[in-house]
Amino acid sequence: MSPAPSGQFGPPKPAPNWLGWLAFLFFIFVQVYSVLTSPADAMMGHLQKNMYVHVPAAWVTFGAFGVVLVASLYFLWKDDERADLLAASAAEVGSLFCGLTLVLGMLWGRPTWGVWWSWDARLTSTLVLFLIFVGYLSLRSFVEDPHRRGQWSAAVGILGAINVPIVWMSVQWWRTLHQIQSSPRGLAPEYLRGLMLNLAAFTLLTIWFIWRRYEAARYERAAEHAAQAAALGGYNG
Amino acid sequence: MAFNDDVRRIRAIVWKDLTTERRSKAGFNSVASLGVTILVLFGLALGPDGKALHDAAAGALWLAILFAGVLAFNRSYQVELDGGALEALLLYPGARWAIFAGKLIANLIFVTLMLVIVVAVGIVLFSVDIPATWPLIVFIMMLGVVGIVSLGTFYAAMSSRSRAREVLLPLLLYPMLIPVLLAAMSATKALLFGDVMNEAGAWMQMLVIFDVIFLVATFLAFEYVIEV
Repeated sequence: MSPAPSGQFGPPKPAPNWLGWLAFLFFIFVQVYSVLTSPADAMMGHLQKNMYVHVPAAWVTFGAFGVVLVASLYFLWKDDERADLLAASAAEVGSLFCGLTLVLGMLWGRPTWGVWWSWDARLTSTLVLFLIFVGYLSLRSFVEDPHRRGQWSAAVGILGAINVPIVWMSVQWWRTLHQIQSSPRGLAPEYLRGLMLNLAAFTLLTIWFIWRRYEAARYERAAEHAAQAAALGGYNG
Repeated sequence: MAFNDDVRRIRAIVWKDLTTERRSKAGFNSVASLGVTILVLFGLALGPDGKALHDAAAGALWLAILFAGVLAFNRSYQVELDGGALEALLLYPGARWAIFAGKLIANLIFVTLMLVIVVAVGIVLFSVDIPATWPLIVFIMMLGVVGIVSLGTFYAAMSSRSRAREVLLPLLLYPMLIPVLLAAMSATKALLFGDVMNEAGAWMQMLVIFDVIFLVATFLAFEYVIEV
């Protein structure tokens, strides 16, 4: 057993193992199920299956960054270090899924549009979002003092979140003044089912990842507190 | 009056920052030279075809201002940190936002002076024909500089006091500046080519909106980043 964290809060509530197993098994099941049950798309063939993972990855990305925004605001308001750790955990998981969204999108874009990348508003703002949160995570790793790290990254996280719709708007303008590349598509029910099941699976995975990361972050912070206390000649020294 | 006191504080900080710069001049000279050097490099990357240079002039100018300006932002805190003066500044009575406003205005003046030099060189190097609407371009440049400087001054308050400040500031700042840069570049470019699509006005409005949003956000958030 790991030692209980010292500091102002007790040990974190551990993420239950069954949730992890459920998330992973459900995820695998959903992939098999949605690939087997949906027919090939008239236009895109089996390439369409990419949508099942690409779109939910994008949705959970926004969900995770929404958690960063709310937790950051709460941290600045109440100065509760747990909110800071939650924001950091959600930022890490969000960045992971954001990167995944971009890669999956490119894998789909190459055969469909003929290019890996197009400077469309959605793509560009997702990429900028990714870069902003890479900056956020770098900032965290470059600042030693936990309180300062919390305040600063909260400010960066909030400003970054404000920036996303602004980037979207500006790129949208920039694009429409030149040319539009849109891909409107209605969704048949058999596709929608695969998409929704995947959304549930991705959401479960995201919750599990953030929870586990948060738990680790709490222990890391407890270690920081202990090291500080030891350095000051406290009871752990 | 508390507000008058804040105005006096702002003026004092602006004066202090500009005096330090004026006395040494090393900062301004090197940053302005860097801006010009970046323009030359862009010229080499895009030229020697005159038309390509001409088309890319607006983008190259803005990027030169951005890249050189970034050095100014870290500097404006660095000088203070080296002398241990930031703590003293924070200990003085008065609102924190006054410190931000002072540094912001000082950086605005600094970057504007640099911009004059860079633009003058850019007009020559990129064979830009000055259009009749040049006062509008000047206005857009001011709007763009306000956006760059407000975010730059804000992020430098953090990066200058962290490890790896050289890499951290651009990493944080550039993605945040994309909307401002995009609007400023597009408006400038449109006006340089006679604004045939009639888009410069719309870009200008967006630039004003972005400036207001970022100014408000950075003023509100500054207190949290400077006090720790």
